[in-house]
Amino acid sequence: MSAIELNNLNIAYSSVQVVHGASLTVEEGESFALVGESGSGKSTILKAICGLNDEWTGEIKLYGEKVDPRKRADISRISQMVFQDPYGSLHPRKTVDTTLSEPLTIHGIKDNGDRVVEMLNAVGLDQRYRFRFPHQMSGGQRQRVAIARALMLKPKLMLLDEPTSALDVSVQAEILNLLKQLRKDQNLTFLLVTHDLPVVSFLCDRLAVMKKGKIVEIATRDQLAKGTFNEPYSQELYQASKHEHVA
Amino acid sequence: MSQKLLEVEDLRVTFPTHQGDVEVVKGISFDLGRERLAIVGESGSGKSMTGRAILKLIRSPGRVTAKKFVFDGIDLNKQSERQMRKLRGARISMVMQDPKFSLNPVLSIEDQIAEALRTHQTLTRKELDEKVLHMLEQVRINDPARVAKLYPHEVSGGMGQRIMIAMMLIPEPDLLIADEPTSALDVSVQAQVLDLIDNLIREKGMGLILISHDLNLVANYADRVLVMNAGEIVEQRDAADLQNATHPYTQGLLNAMPRLDETRDELPTLDRTQWAAT
Amino acid sequence: MSNMTEWLLSDSPTSKGQAFAGRTWRMWLSLLGNPLAITGLIIVVVLVLMAAFAPLIAPYSPIGQDLENRLLPPSWQHWMGTDELGRDIFSRVVYGSRLTLMIVLLVAAISAPIGLVIGAISGYFGGWVDKVMMGITDIFLSMPKLIMALAFVAALGPGIENAIIAIAITAWPAYARIARAETLTFRNAEFIDAIKLQGASPARIIINHVLPLCTSSMIVRVTLDMAGIILTAAGLGFLGLGAQPPLPEWGAMISRGRAFILDQWWVATMPGFAIIVVSLGFCFLGDGLRDILDPKNEGKS
Repeated sequence: MSAIELNNLNIAYSSVQVVHGASLTVEEGESFALVGESGSGKSTILKAICGLNDEWTGEIKLYGEKVDPRKRADISRISQMVFQDPYGSLHPRKTVDTTLSEPLTIHGIKDNGDRVVEMLNAVGLDQRYRFRFPHQMSGGQRQRVAIARALMLKPKLMLLDEPTSALDVSVQAEILNLLKQLRKDQNLTFLLVTHDLPVVSFLCDRLAVMKKGKIVEIATRDQLAKGTFNEPYSQELYQASKHEHVA
Repeated sequence: MSQKLLEVEDLRVTFPTHQGDVEVVKGISFDLGRERLAIVGESGSGKSMTGRAILKLIRSPGRVTAKKFVFDGIDLNKQSERQMRKLRGARISMVMQDPKFSLNPVLSIEDQIAEALRTHQTLTRKELDEKVLHMLEQVRINDPARVAKLYPHEVSGGMGQRIMIAMMLIPEPDLLIADEPTSALDVSVQAQVLDLIDNLIREKGMGLILISHDLNLVANYADRVLVMNAGEIVEQRDAADLQNATHPYTQGLLNAMPRLDETRDELPTLDRTQWAAT
Repeated sequence: MSNMTEWLLSDSPTSKGQAFAGRTWRMWLSLLGNPLAITGLIIVVVLVLMAAFAPLIAPYSPIGQDLENRLLPPSWQHWMGTDELGRDIFSRVVYGSRLTLMIVLLVAAISAPIGLVIGAISGYFGGWVDKVMMGITDIFLSMPKLIMALAFVAALGPGIENAIIAIAITAWPAYARIARAETLTFRNAEFIDAIKLQGASPARIIINHVLPLCTSSMIVRVTLDMAGIILTAAGLGFLGLGAQPPLPEWGAMISRGRAFILDQWWVATMPGFAIIVVSLGFCFLGDGLRDILDPKNEGKS
């Protein structure tokens, strides 16, 4: 069974159409990337899948179940999201402990902090961080907390919206390693949105290249490594990234 | 290297806090000719502070001190704020990260660029217009006459940054400081903007200080690279020679970046305890 | 003591309690660094103590008349003099602090939560909910406060309870506006999206995640408004629509003293002085709190 299936997805923001007829399938356990420049509609697709935007037509299926935008079922236990900005994605007045316990409280899961401790360990944060406020942590540490929060409900699907683009190179490496490790350990499916092709190469199996709201091409990691895209636009993106990575 | 454009010795930037003074730039020294120098580092390394210190744009209560601080024969240590204002823009210019925040939203592109020129020279309206259009052409804007009439919100990020560059270069400064000039832009536009800066710098024989977090990027667009960490320069190297960096921090940074044809199962990470960052 | 501070300022608290105690302690420390705020705090604390221990502090009864000693100037027997019925003004001011404090607290306790909830709901949902709620708020806002309060008191009848209700009714719209503006700044923030994705209901999001972020600006605003509330209450008292005699309400006292203002200046001046000092105290404290509680300052160490 595939984890995500999009069929002819159209998304409009107040009458401006930003995604045109996107179709793709992400298999269970796969790590898939949506790649494109700003304004290509990649984040918009992510928001439609998780339910932050209901202004779409077409079909979204999660694990075989059709999603109805008007009658939103709670998919929080199936899918969770990690956001781009580690400074904006944590509530500034809540401690790490409160942030992590919140999803359990919402779903009435009885737990005396064991899962919080376990998740902090899983994302490589020591217990000293448990009762800190976000402003007492660095960007990388905050992003770890955000990842831990996404994992609290044991979802199968993780939606990653540029999870490392606001971080320093060395911190990015740590977070990428962590994501890769977690995916292996917890058997997660990833849908990653990014503009950074090398990140895709490290973390993903396949990628869809988007341009102006359309999916131009779906390619494999192998094609990315060798630079053998079929579409000229994908090739252009590849060259631009390559240009940067001569060193 | 021809004659020295900028000489800096023991530059320190200090901010007072409750726990005493904190130095964000800890006594760095470097020279610059009419060449392209890059300052690379992660956030908090002091690279941007260094750039701002050269223009003496550190806000109080921050303090800038240097044993030697000479720009083209002018001792910057002795310049008053008023004299500095004459230098800024006219002799030393700065391009910032995000064009959205650096352009005045209520001025047309034309007026904006003209303004940059008018503060330092007196010209007739006609001369001014000609210069502005010529400059827009130089930053490769198609149809400059049309773009000149637009307002900042009507142009894209890449074009906004090119307009910023036009604004900064039109008074023909001797030194351009570019602080992360492309990190707010898409990859494909980044290369265009950097190529543009590069060409203009070479044509006009200016000096460039390129401040960036991206080692790969600076390797392509600079002659020399200073790697900064926690307020200190940990390594100085020719850009072409960056691959052979010896300092573990530089090596760590180089290795931590994923590649297009990534085969490693895990990216090497920096052992931060070695250079206990602030 | 040093162990205690260490525990409070620890970077790695070991419990929820310690984390919050630490944050409160830090705020306290920065409040101490602000002389004006401390002045304000001292005034407010003195006011509270005065109200609490009024019978112990006041040398005479606030309503006991002594017609032999009418209109005496300030002296060692009567620190602030006596009024036209021979009552000790100092004692009346001391007892009046109870009324002032009650008015201020009740108004804040009624209007702030109403404003907060209406503003947060309006800002969070947007759309027609926002339009309707803000429409109502604007209608209330467009009327002058004192006149509105006057109208309400005229309808409900004079008296201190009605004055409080009237002031509360005129005070909430400003809070609703602030809470809405504050909510709008972060309703699209990623941490709100994140909590939505965890399946939280709108009520839960508003109560647990939106309101806590509005409260600090609300506390600041309410503190700053206390001065205005005191003045409005005094104004109503002055017009005879607030507290009724013989209650020692400061505004009413000024009103009574008006008749003797040229010959027996202290009768009107002493309660007026009390109003000014307490209003200033709340203003100073509010300004200080703004510097400490402003969420924009948080995170900057």
